[in-house]
Amino acid sequence: MVPTHYYLILSAILFGLGVVAFIFRRNIITIFMSIELMLNAVNLAFVAFSQAWNRLDGQVFVLFVIVVAAAEAAVGLGIIILIQRNRQSLNVERVDLLKL
Amino acid sequence: MNTPLIIFFVLAFTAILGALSLILQRHPIHSALSLIVVMVALAGLYLLMGAEFVAAVQIIVYGGAIMVLFVFVIMLLNAGVEERTNFSKLAGWAGLPLAVALMGVLAAAVARSTDRVQAVTQAGATAPTKALSVLLFQEFVYPFELTSFLILVAILGAIVLAQREKI
Repeated sequence: MVPTHYYLILSAILFGLGVVAFIFRRNIITIFMSIELMLNAVNLAFVAFSQAWNRLDGQVFVLFVIVVAAAEAAVGLGIIILIQRNRQSLNVERVDLLKL
Repeated sequence: MNTPLIIFFVLAFTAILGALSLILQRHPIHSALSLIVVMVALAGLYLLMGAEFVAAVQIIVYGGAIMVLFVFVIMLLNAGVEERTNFSKLAGWAGLPLAVALMGVLAAAVARSTDRVQAVTQAGATAPTKALSVLLFQEFVYPFELTSFLILVAILGAIVLAQREKI
């Protein structure tokens, strides 16, 4: 039996790595993938808590998170295709119309 | 050291290596493949926790559908190695320390939150898929139906965003 807090610490590490990738990467597709990594880390915490409390609600929430992530990926990748078409670049620093 | 603990450390190490590779790879397609490694490792961890259905959904929906969508878009846009632009000063100086601090605070907070729970945890606390489906289709049936609307709206949004000329 693996202690629950091992899973939670792994979840925090993965979430932190997702934040690092979000801050340091320039490619918008990679930034989008780091958001998926953070969602995965949260899912791991949900399942770990679900196991710790011996209740299944956490796993149902994980299913909902996966559905929302799928919808987000569909819309987000559509937006990425639009950015590439309008700017001819995937670099987030080149999408700066709102920047002062 | 018992077997589940060894399996946990192998899978956790794989997941962290995959996440590091996601950060360090310069090419988006390599980052996408690293993310698939992380997702498969997490599916193994779900199996270890006795959440078989979530593990299956993780492989099929995340590792299959969503990542295929990512790889498809990377190939469609012919995304190459990301170009280096002048880095944000704030992100360069404060980004990494703050991210490490966030990681530490999160790990400390969530690890302490289970102190009370440890007594409740019992060996063999498995999650049968039948009980999960009963919960999903009875208690959570309205959120479940709402997600179908969400998917529908997302499909429409993706079509409207990605079409080349107005209908």
